[in-house]
Amino acid sequence: MKLSKYFKVYTKFFYTSLASELEYKTNIIIDLITANLSLIGSIFLLSIFFQNTTDLGGWNFEQALIIQGIYTILNGITNTWFNPNLTEIVNHIREGTLDFVLLKPIDSQFYISLKKINPSGILEIIFGILLLIYCIKINEISINISFLILCLITIGCSICILYSLWFLISTTTIWFVKTWNATEVLRSFLYIGRFPLNSFSFSLRIFFSIFIPIAFITTIPSEVFLSIAQIWKIILEIVIALIFLFSSRRFWLFALKYYSSASS
Amino acid sequence: MIKNIIEVKNLSKSFDISSRKQGLKGTLKHFFKREIKSIKVIKNINFEIKEGEIIGFLGANGAGKTTILKMLCGLIYPSEGTISVSGYFPFRRKDNFLKNITLVMGQKQQLIWDLPPIESVYLNSSIYEINQFEAEKRIRKLSDMLEIEDELYIPVRKLSLGQRMKSELLAALIHNPKILFLDEPTLGLDINAQRNLRKFLKAYNEETNATICMTSHYMKDITSLCKRVICVHNGSISYDGKLDKLLKKLSPIKEVLIICRSEKNANELMNSGFTVKQKIKNEITLKIENSSITTSLKTILNKYDIEDLYINEPPVDEIIGKILRKKEYND
Repeated sequence: MKLSKYFKVYTKFFYTSLASELEYKTNIIIDLITANLSLIGSIFLLSIFFQNTTDLGGWNFEQALIIQGIYTILNGITNTWFNPNLTEIVNHIREGTLDFVLLKPIDSQFYISLKKINPSGILEIIFGILLLIYCIKINEISINISFLILCLITIGCSICILYSLWFLISTTTIWFVKTWNATEVLRSFLYIGRFPLNSFSFSLRIFFSIFIPIAFITTIPSEVFLSIAQIWKIILEIVIALIFLFSSRRFWLFALKYYSSASS
Repeated sequence: MIKNIIEVKNLSKSFDISSRKQGLKGTLKHFFKREIKSIKVIKNINFEIKEGEIIGFLGANGAGKTTILKMLCGLIYPSEGTISVSGYFPFRRKDNFLKNITLVMGQKQQLIWDLPPIESVYLNSSIYEINQFEAEKRIRKLSDMLEIEDELYIPVRKLSLGQRMKSELLAALIHNPKILFLDEPTLGLDINAQRNLRKFLKAYNEETNATICMTSHYMKDITSLCKRVICVHNGSISYDGKLDKLLKKLSPIKEVLIICRSEKNANELMNSGFTVKQKIKNEITLKIENSSITTSLKTILNKYDIEDLYINEPPVDEIIGKILRKKEYND
């Protein structure tokens, strides 16, 4: 795989997609307002939970805000890349336009995962980062290089888990043709990631850790931020991320053998 | 000797297709238990295509033409048999193979809807690793041949179907492919746009010696571009050979309208032994076999006082209609 070629193609993807989105100015403005309101709403909801208690699953409000910050970044990434691209897989398969992707001398998973972007999601990512910076201040967290590296690794792993889960579900379209509902369920589960894992009952904790590892993707990076993460949890997240990435890749290559292309 | 660029041996393809009965009962039954049938859509076909040839795949809807094209370009895995395209097994979709081919479908498009076609063309050029200078050169050449220029800078959604198809071709040919797979490229285009597209394809083939495999329901596409046709009937090849030969085979008789100088002349001609279709005053229509048309006309012109004559070819569409209905032509 030639990295320089992929970098060049990605810059073209980024530019063409941005240019396409900018054709519809009002849509961008509405999306930006929605991103603002969504963050305000989420913080308001969290503050309601803390109105009568100072503790939610062992986390106080200031600490829980970190989870909210990481959730906002991940939601921003979802809206910027995953949503416009991975929901499009269904259309590619239903309408047979995947044919054009498969006949290009480029990795098909790369192409369909990164072709489009939704620029309004970038604002959410910025909001998330700003919220995290604020959390670092109010929680009096001391920053050093190893702290930053660990934060980036765990957030990176969270992105990989989320992407792989979504991609795995979208890939099943090759057999089932319509899987919009499944990806919608996944999006709903993502909301759960706004709350600490410990705030759920034991059985739900198991469910959201093993079957749908949504809890991992926000709680562990937040624990790293607060320097309370146990090393085994970080290693577990890395292992889970690698397993998910590998599985989604294998599954895609396997599924392509069954792709029969839409009829003309 | 011109080498084969495509070789297909004993190729078959089966699809699992679920069918359901009409009505609510059928729908519910289909929801809970699907009846899956394996249908053989391509049945043991063999053919070879030489470099630089333009081949037309003819057949009724659902005959299997598109499935054959999709197997040739590596989109569908064959159930049985072997395919070699430019020395590669298409389904492996190796980069070097993909750089040699292109697929254009009349009913699907790859251009980015909200942007001018030029953006899609440059995106493709980066995927095919063509540098800026070379890309510009190729765009200039292809846009000259396709007679498009300003349209390249107008958002795709504002272009007419004909302009879109030209742009689609430009984007699909930016990497100078050696083999073009065209699935109904003139679908929905008006007469002028169809003619322009045919003119371009002919010029492109002559200039680059690219091999073109195409399907089309517009017979003018086939007759003006393809010397050789492969007729597909229910997944089998019913004819593979020259189009001229097939047309002659299917219409062995020509109708000749002769206008004589006098009715007397026409009466003499009527009794001269030719098969007469009809006679109105001094106009007489004869049915003459293709094999004897030259000698017969020579005789008529020498023996009778003829004012004018017209040779009527049977409409190609009518003949092609016969091709789509019939099963075997090689006998």
